[in-house]
Amino acid sequence: MTTADLIGKLIQVIGGLAIFAAVVGLILFLVDRAPKRGRDYWQLAAFVAPALLLLVSGLIYPAIRTTYLAFLNRDGDFTGFDNFVWAFTQPDAVRTLINTVVWVVFVPLLSTSIGLAYAIFIDKSRGEKFFKALVFMPMAISMVGAGIIWKFVYDFKSQGREQIGLLNAIVVAFGGEPVQWLQTSPLNTLLLIAVMIWIQTGFAMVVLSASIKGIPLEQIEAAELDGASAWQRFTNVTLPGIRTALVVVVTTISIATLKVFDIVRTMTAGNFDTSVVANEMYTQAFRANEVGRGAALAVLLFLLVLPIVIYNVRVLAKQREIR
Amino acid sequence: MRSPHRRYTAPIALFAVAGLTLAGCTGDIAAEEAADADCSEYEDYGTFEGEEVTIQGTIVDVEADRLIASWTDFATCTGIEIDYQGSRDFEGNIAQLAEGGNAPDIGIVPQPGLVQLLAENGYLMPAPAEVEANVDEFWSEDWKAYSVFDGTFYGAPMLASVKGYIWYSPAEFEEKGYAIPTSIPELMELSQTIADEGDHLPWCAGMESGEATGWPGTDWIEDFVLRQAGPEVYDQWVTHEIPFNDPQIVEAFDAAGEILKNPEFIDTESLISTPFQDGGLPILDGECSMHHQASFYEVNWGEGVEVGPDGDVFAFLMPPMSADDPIAVTGGGETVVSFAEGDAITAVMAHMSTDTFANLRVSEGGSVSANNGVDSANASSPLLEQTIEILQDPEATFRYDGSDLMPGAVGANSFWKGIVSWLSGDSARQTVDTIESSWPS
Repeated sequence: MTTADLIGKLIQVIGGLAIFAAVVGLILFLVDRAPKRGRDYWQLAAFVAPALLLLVSGLIYPAIRTTYLAFLNRDGDFTGFDNFVWAFTQPDAVRTLINTVVWVVFVPLLSTSIGLAYAIFIDKSRGEKFFKALVFMPMAISMVGAGIIWKFVYDFKSQGREQIGLLNAIVVAFGGEPVQWLQTSPLNTLLLIAVMIWIQTGFAMVVLSASIKGIPLEQIEAAELDGASAWQRFTNVTLPGIRTALVVVVTTISIATLKVFDIVRTMTAGNFDTSVVANEMYTQAFRANEVGRGAALAVLLFLLVLPIVIYNVRVLAKQREIR
Repeated sequence: MRSPHRRYTAPIALFAVAGLTLAGCTGDIAAEEAADADCSEYEDYGTFEGEEVTIQGTIVDVEADRLIASWTDFATCTGIEIDYQGSRDFEGNIAQLAEGGNAPDIGIVPQPGLVQLLAENGYLMPAPAEVEANVDEFWSEDWKAYSVFDGTFYGAPMLASVKGYIWYSPAEFEEKGYAIPTSIPELMELSQTIADEGDHLPWCAGMESGEATGWPGTDWIEDFVLRQAGPEVYDQWVTHEIPFNDPQIVEAFDAAGEILKNPEFIDTESLISTPFQDGGLPILDGECSMHHQASFYEVNWGEGVEVGPDGDVFAFLMPPMSADDPIAVTGGGETVVSFAEGDAITAVMAHMSTDTFANLRVSEGGSVSANNGVDSANASSPLLEQTIEILQDPEATFRYDGSDLMPGAVGANSFWKGIVSWLSGDSARQTVDTIESSWPS
């Protein structure tokens, strides 16, 4: 690339931005000049149209096309439900479905419980901010970064050689034999789940902690005066008080878990029986060139996420009615 | 009051700094002068003043610079302006580009499967007669066959790489009196000798490679299929004329398993968790003696490790079944195909299929060509020199890396996974059955 090329490219960028600004300006100008009658509708249309257009081209159209592709084989012939049959019968594919279920059961449950317990224990303690930051920090690390870090923790070298993995170094220091953490099924899936929990606990803790602080002090004091024990205060006052936050946290983590890809891909790439739906979807569509199978898995994933989203929306709507 | 201009100063300054910094990244190329190019070689092509030919391929960075350098004289003398764009995504994009009519004039395609796909979809022009004549003259039939589909020949091979090398320490072999094995039984005998002497394992390997974990194992299997069952069976296996679970393939797994699954010969425990880049390094520490990996492993030895027959490490080709058998090689290479027709394009393609071009490219270093007009002395390292000699051996059988030729669902997925489960304890029979069931119908 020469300087001339570079200047050319910069001019293109600036030109592009200028055209964008001009188009937006023109639309605003025209809307402003729209006839008095029905001006509201004109304005509404002008402001909603771009978002709608992007939604249709970037979300709705791909969703429809993906669903369509799920019924085709690799040569583009219509094969009915073959791809779905494959997903529920081929041992490898069934394994990914089972793994995904295991992930969705463990991650939201454990990270929310651990986050909640932690939030309550450090609530109003000295150095609360510091303790919060400690647990929240993994949240700031990308999933790929976390995957690489933990891959080192679980690293395996055969017996007699220097262990660079923390876990095996500890095992060997206590006189044990090094374990192939990431190569042993089903242990490896649980170890990958631990990484996701490590990341998501911080999120649960921060949201729940904020919500706990929102519970009126009077309620807790009243419960105390009535002679409620700490556990009774927790189950009868705190939990109902943070119900909405709990639902949001559990559903958000569940959705994130259903879609988990980065951790599996960086740590085992789906080998050794650890694959999950999102990872298998990518592998089938882009590596194995079986776009139909990939699309079928994408549709399955969508169907799995859907009920959670609907539940989340309904709970939030109900909450709004109460207020 | 603050001047309203003030708030523009910072962004403008930032922009200027960014611009200057980016300008620093660009190497302003001085116009290449025709003065010092020897044009007598290129007179026959004629001149095409001002015509432009676009080329695209997967070759990037240093390799791209070397490639461009090899045709600079040709371009200057004929007046053709060659515009090369390298992209790692070329393989994934080229079919879409061609469908949209945006393909380059010439593509350097890294695997025959893709050439076939492009040809079947009618994107490719048959190779010009000049190119075919050159290929008949300079390449073996094995190589030419990889560019012929439905009787039409599409393009000349360019660079080549050889798999199936076995790396070893020349010093160790000399000290212990080991001879380079000339047949597979000798290789097994040598492995046993090293194992019996006791202080270290004969073999080491690494199969971990992220999502491609297991691929180094596919090279083992391919090498054994080609040597044990022969090139015909190899071709049938790759094109699925015989099923993946054919008994001859099971035999190849079993033969490879005698080394890969034998705890006396190799550290079977850490095999699948060792990154393939680190697989051979224990040779340097004297912890193992042999490592099976392609010629490109040369770059993995690290700074200060001398690769050569008298250096720290060197490689010999995996021997044939018996010492009298002709050698058989697996490997890879690129094919130069065209998406458009024109005299300038023909000239460029014809030039790229000559021994002149191959020698220029090989002299630039880092790679070899299977063109038999290449002088092996031009190679940039002893290993590449040896590779050229192997490729030019008229008796040698050459076959493309099988997993690259198989459909992606097998060659880039279930074959790798199969190797992993095979090394983790599955039987050869189970493994080939699973892979066979994944072969797309």
